[in-house]
Amino acid sequence: MNFHAIRAIYRTEMARMMRTVVQSIVAPVLSTSLYFVVFGSAIGSRITEIDGVGYGAFIVPGLIMLAIMTESISNSSFAIYFPKFTGTIFELLSAPVSFVEVVIGYVGAAASKSVVIGMIILATAGLFVDLHIAHPLVMLLFLVLISVSFSLFGFILGVWADGWEKLTIVPVLVIMPLTFLGGTFYSISMLPPVWQTISLFNPVVYLVSGFRWAFFENSDVAVAVSFAMVMAFLLVCLFVVYWIFKTGYKIRC
Amino acid sequence: MQPIISVSGLNKTYGDFQALRNIDLQINRGEIFGLLGPNGAGKTTLINIICGIVKKSSGTVTVDGFDNVENFRETRSRIGLVPQELPTETFETPYDVCRFSRGLFGKPDNPAHIEKVLRSLSLWDKKNNKIMTLSGGMKRRVLICKALAHEPEILFLDEPTAGVDVELRQDMWNVVQALRESGVTVILTTHYIEEAEQLADRIGVINHGEVIIVQEKTRLMKELGKKQLVLHLSESVSVLPSSLENYQLELGGDGLELTYHYDTQRDRTGITALLSDLHAAGIKFNDLHTSQSSLEEIFVGLVNKKI
Ligand SMILES: Nc1ncnc2c1ncn2[C@@H]1O[C@H](COP(=O)(O)OP(=O)(O)O)[C@@H](O)[C@H]1O
Ligand SMILES: [Mg+2]
Repeated sequence: MNFHAIRAIYRTEMARMMRTVVQSIVAPVLSTSLYFVVFGSAIGSRITEIDGVGYGAFIVPGLIMLAIMTESISNSSFAIYFPKFTGTIFELLSAPVSFVEVVIGYVGAAASKSVVIGMIILATAGLFVDLHIAHPLVMLLFLVLISVSFSLFGFILGVWADGWEKLTIVPVLVIMPLTFLGGTFYSISMLPPVWQTISLFNPVVYLVSGFRWAFFENSDVAVAVSFAMVMAFLLVCLFVVYWIFKTGYKIRC
Repeated sequence: MQPIISVSGLNKTYGDFQALRNIDLQINRGEIFGLLGPNGAGKTTLINIICGIVKKSSGTVTVDGFDNVENFRETRSRIGLVPQELPTETFETPYDVCRFSRGLFGKPDNPAHIEKVLRSLSLWDKKNNKIMTLSGGMKRRVLICKALAHEPEILFLDEPTAGVDVELRQDMWNVVQALRESGVTVILTTHYIEEAEQLADRIGVINHGEVIIVQEKTRLMKELGKKQLVLHLSESVSVLPSSLENYQLELGGDGLELTYHYDTQRDRTGITALLSDLHAAGIKFNDLHTSQSSLEEIFVGLVNKKI
């Protein structure tokens, strides 16, 4: 294992975040605050409580989830797509590293950013509503696992994409709808029965639900099921990444 | 001595196209090897396979005794590559990208070494500038620094002076000479013959994916090079006497210059006989000199012969 390589990749990626601190951190915090103001205040004045939790607090886990999923995907897809685009990937290919180091470096950095952003949003939310986290460690575990799996997903997207369009279209066309329909801003028990059933095919429902359980101990699906879904997604992504490096798919000719 | 790089039976096909055909090549430790060939000959492909960027179709490559696929960590950590294209980071600085390269190739931080490398390529005062603000020549310097950041034992320079200014060329040669003195093996590809002629200890000529010849430079030039003897005549001659027909002499310079081509490989060059026949014919000369064909002429001859 080439630890110096992992550190080099990780350090460079984190430095990039610091360089673009406005884009990387201020932007998600600002947009989350806006969601908060609009959804929390406007809708919160109509819906006072869901499952015994004030609406303002109820949407906090969903907002964090939305932010870390989109941030993880965009950060890691960009991180690997950019060297492919400029050609600097030659160095990665000629370096004494296997996919293990490359993935730990890039995905680790992207996931770290997401966790930091998630924490910042949590702190920001604390300014607007009274938050009580029932299971902080479980919350942290979900935060980390989801950041890692979506960073892996972003990595796969970045390898697969052969143009900027593909890179941006997946988050917009797939992730955003799934997130909005995934109980971010409501409990799926509020939906008509048919839509409740349909929602169960949306993986994001499980992530948001498990994450919300860690805050309020109430959830749309059992927390163990949520956890299993997160792990399944993580394993699938890991396998795909392994396969990409094994076959050299779109990387080595 | 065991060669530092050994390539045997190497083939590469892109779809139906065979880019490399059954390449056998040994690179000796500490030498400067010039890989010479026209555009599209397969030089970059060969280098990229050795470095692990391109997958080979068949054959083996060993670096310092290690197989470059099975023991890729061993082989790649010994190699530095300056690629032909100019891909560089844009927002990073020369210092940071060098530190990155060093780490990526498995070495701990060493600011003193990075400084040395940046200084040797006159980049030290630009070390904290964003790379995108640097000129093309500067960017190439950055790439060379990156390749040297992890103290490689082998350095590949793929077409290092294509489109490069004189100053950088000079800096680069100084760096190459210094590396060679410290025992680093340097392999450079080029289609500029003079580059190989100036620098290389040995030369391999590659064309249409095949290695045509590998030879020490001086021997290559001696063996394949034709020499010529030029005589400057005291008095102009308009027609040569028939006694000199066999020598296939060329008369030029308003009848004042006589050129004789000979082959250094033959037992007899025919020079002694020519001089006495000239004497017999009453042709006098007041100066003479010999010259040797350049690597360029040899190269063109080789490449054309194979087609
Ligand atoms: N990725 C590729 N796909 C298909 N053909 C390629 C690829 N890379 C190189 N080639 C072909 O292989 C041949 C050798 O290319 P290259 O090694 O770059 O030559 P050189 O470096 O000697 O100019 C060329 O004909 C080139 O078109
Ligand atoms: Mg080339």
